[in-house]
Amino acid sequence: MIINQFLILAALLFSLGVYGLLVRRNAVMVLLAVELMLNAVNINLVVFEAAIRSTLAVGQVFAIFVITVAAAEVGIGLAIVILVFRNRKSANVDELNLMKW
Amino acid sequence: MTFEVWISEPVNWVFIVVALAVAGTAVKVVTSQNVVHAVLFLVATLAGTAALFLLLSAQFVAWVLILVYIGAVIVLFLFGIMITRAPTGRGVGLDNDRKGVALVVSSALFAVLTWASLSAFGTAELVDIGEGTPTEVLGRALLGRFVVPFEIVGFVLLAALIGGITIARRDATPADEEGRGG
Repeated sequence: MIINQFLILAALLFSLGVYGLLVRRNAVMVLLAVELMLNAVNINLVVFEAAIRSTLAVGQVFAIFVITVAAAEVGIGLAIVILVFRNRKSANVDELNLMKW
Repeated sequence: MTFEVWISEPVNWVFIVVALAVAGTAVKVVTSQNVVHAVLFLVATLAGTAALFLLLSAQFVAWVLILVYIGAVIVLFLFGIMITRAPTGRGVGLDNDRKGVALVVSSALFAVLTWASLSAFGTAELVDIGEGTPTEVLGRALLGRFVVPFEIVGFVLLAALIGGITIARRDATPADEEGRGG
């Protein structure tokens, strides 16, 4: 196995996440695309850990941190989406133009 | 390293199968017109990622990914879809009409990232990943060298939990009281 086969797959996942982020209208689907991007970062961290074999397993530790922060992000993000839906009767990000001029 | 040498390693056959599954399901995550299907495709993507982590001898991270993501985060997403009544049928306009621009941007990003990693690593090989990272090493690192970030991330989770409850809870506002009274 070479390093680049994982890095290019992660780059593909990240680009797909960016595509979804730009294309999706529903806020829940946007959060789903963000999860794809975070997942790509996790792959990179674990691959670099497998490449350098640090004594503290730094890459895997930081992958666990990313997973934790992603879980917190989903919790807060969905709470905000639910609040916006309750107030605006819509969870589409292109209809949230209250602060746009 | 030539392609013939690369393809002759059995572990790379496993990689190709898993990578195709991950890439295909990730494409469906961002293109599926059914929100529930998109979430379920993300489950497949994450399961494939966990398989990649097992290939890279990161068992603990793989199982954490399965537990936290497939076990908890996906359920949160399904709750979010059900509560916000996201359109679950076909042809209801889940995407905006700027797919061309988004495709150009993401393709350019993919090209830049691929070029950067190819020029940085070339065909550098992953050596000596046979035996796997013991969970003991991770535990000692998390509660030793990285104990401060570990505690901070725990506090972040607590703050997110309390914040999520506070944000999503329906408060009894004066308007509600009036509406109920009148």
